[in-house]
Amino acid sequence: MKKAWIIGVLVLAGTLFTIGGCKKDTIDPGTWQPVSFAVPAGWPQPAYAFVNNPLTSEGFILGRKLFYDVRLSRDNTISCGTCHQQFASFAHLDHDVSHGIYGLFGTRNSPGLANMAWHTSFFWDGGVNHLESQPINPIQNHVEMDMTMPEVITRVGADADYKGRFKKVFGDETVNSQRIFRAMAQFMGAMVSADSKYDKVIRNEPGFLFSPAEQRGLTLFRQKCATCHKEPLFSDFSFRNNGLVPKASVNDSGRAHITREVSDLYKFKVPSLRNILLSRPYMHDGRFTTLDAVLEHYRTGVVATATTDPLLSSGITLTTEEKNDIIIFLGTLTDSTFIKNKLFAEPAK
Amino acid sequence: MIQYVRLSVTALMLSLLVSACEKKDPPAPETGVSTVKVEVANKVGTANLSLNNQWYLNEHSDSFTVSKLMYYLSNVQLVGAAGTYTEVESYHLVSQADAASLVLDLKDVPVGDYTKITFMIGVDSLRNVSGAQTGALDPVNGMFWSWNTGYIMLKLEGNSPKSPLTDGGLVFHAGGYKGQYAVQRTVSITLPAAITVKKGVVNHIHLDADVLKMFKSPTLFDFATLHTIHSEGKDAKNFADNYSGMFTVSYSGL
Repeated sequence: MKKAWIIGVLVLAGTLFTIGGCKKDTIDPGTWQPVSFAVPAGWPQPAYAFVNNPLTSEGFILGRKLFYDVRLSRDNTISCGTCHQQFASFAHLDHDVSHGIYGLFGTRNSPGLANMAWHTSFFWDGGVNHLESQPINPIQNHVEMDMTMPEVITRVGADADYKGRFKKVFGDETVNSQRIFRAMAQFMGAMVSADSKYDKVIRNEPGFLFSPAEQRGLTLFRQKCATCHKEPLFSDFSFRNNGLVPKASVNDSGRAHITREVSDLYKFKVPSLRNILLSRPYMHDGRFTTLDAVLEHYRTGVVATATTDPLLSSGITLTTEEKNDIIIFLGTLTDSTFIKNKLFAEPAK
Repeated sequence: MIQYVRLSVTALMLSLLVSACEKKDPPAPETGVSTVKVEVANKVGTANLSLNNQWYLNEHSDSFTVSKLMYYLSNVQLVGAAGTYTEVESYHLVSQADAASLVLDLKDVPVGDYTKITFMIGVDSLRNVSGAQTGALDPVNGMFWSWNTGYIMLKLEGNSPKSPLTDGGLVFHAGGYKGQYAVQRTVSITLPAAITVKKGVVNHIHLDADVLKMFKSPTLFDFATLHTIHSEGKDAKNFADNYSGMFTVSYSGL
């Protein structure tokens, strides 16, 4: 009898230790968690590892709600999803630059958002150094969403549904910028595209082989493109001047805007080519509407200046057939699982 | 016997609970700690800084007013025979417009003698690259560059008839956390008198910042030509070299 009582207390103590210990901020670990993050085989470790921001289904879903919420813009017309469309791999299809509130135009092309956890910087000039520090930029930009964070916090904090979600994710109803950014980082960080035909062939999945043209294209790609568009993420995330003549109306100095170094003039972050067929138009200012035009630029259009990448200073030698094979290969980077994944889609209202 | 077993089991249970949280909780007062209050006074020469309506003269003889003065003090340490006390989560945003922000409570300072205070003007590089922060480091405080991630370490705004801007504005936002243009500065000042931290006794350190020193040396500011800083670079770095010398401790003791 005495023994049973003691065991009972020890069990109780154990339970208290588990529930009442130091982890009051996290959600019940028993909760069903369909959202997960895994590093695909053969990929490097991600730059964003959800440190201090453990990925949970509730956190991801809260981030998704914020991502698709037009109330994050001044006139309630623009959400992150407006310029980052899932069917375009979260780029803005057919928009060289995007329009924000009141139809105001930006100056750079809206980039796709796949595999953000591996990116070491954000925006074409790499000015932002952390996934959680990214959303404040479009939210505050006067031609994008034109809000202040206090205004966003007020709007979000006035919504009962949001309050319940913040409580579930963070332990109480407090809405602050850190929680907003962390929830959004959970959503964006978990958006992994690694299920294209290219991935399946590389993984030796049965039934998946490159066609002869795709194989030729891959071989050419590895010879002529892969230094900058490094596999498996198809970018080395460096900044390079690829020989585009700056548009006089904008004269976008690119990376130099951040570093203030003349040697960085007109350099832009190398974009990933995953889902590239879906995310036209191309280049930092969206000037090319087809991949053919892009490759033609590298073949015949490079204008070398002081900061033009040495690899490109005399262009890339390609025959028409080789150009076509590379484009056919790039088609294998389309990941229809990613663009159709309901987890990443705007939830039905 | 039963009572004894119950007691010991309860004690075990309690110790489990206590030890589980030990790493996160600050040491209890019984271990011999007390609070040291750092009281910041922003001055112009010897006068207390008055916002908006008071005219001042800089070293270059340009008259000016100050409408806003905000800066970070971080990584505060006290050093002395007692050892080195390092404040936990040590990030303070001082704003002249907010009286409460001018008092820094250094909590749980172990008892003993301290002769020096060390702190950083600005935010260390690590917190500039660590994603979303809260409290003093929350971007809602208006001390964060979103387009080029990083904190504005110090911000002074005002007016001067010498400024060629249409509104005669002065806008000095010092930011940049890495490389040659980093503007965070570590300052170490010997206290005029050693403080002896004792349980139940609060010591005070009066930390004075002289605005005039921001514009004086080594770079003399002429507001006609240097009136705006809002990105990292040479001007911000020179500004930081100036303000790194603006602090003095005018009093230390009970």
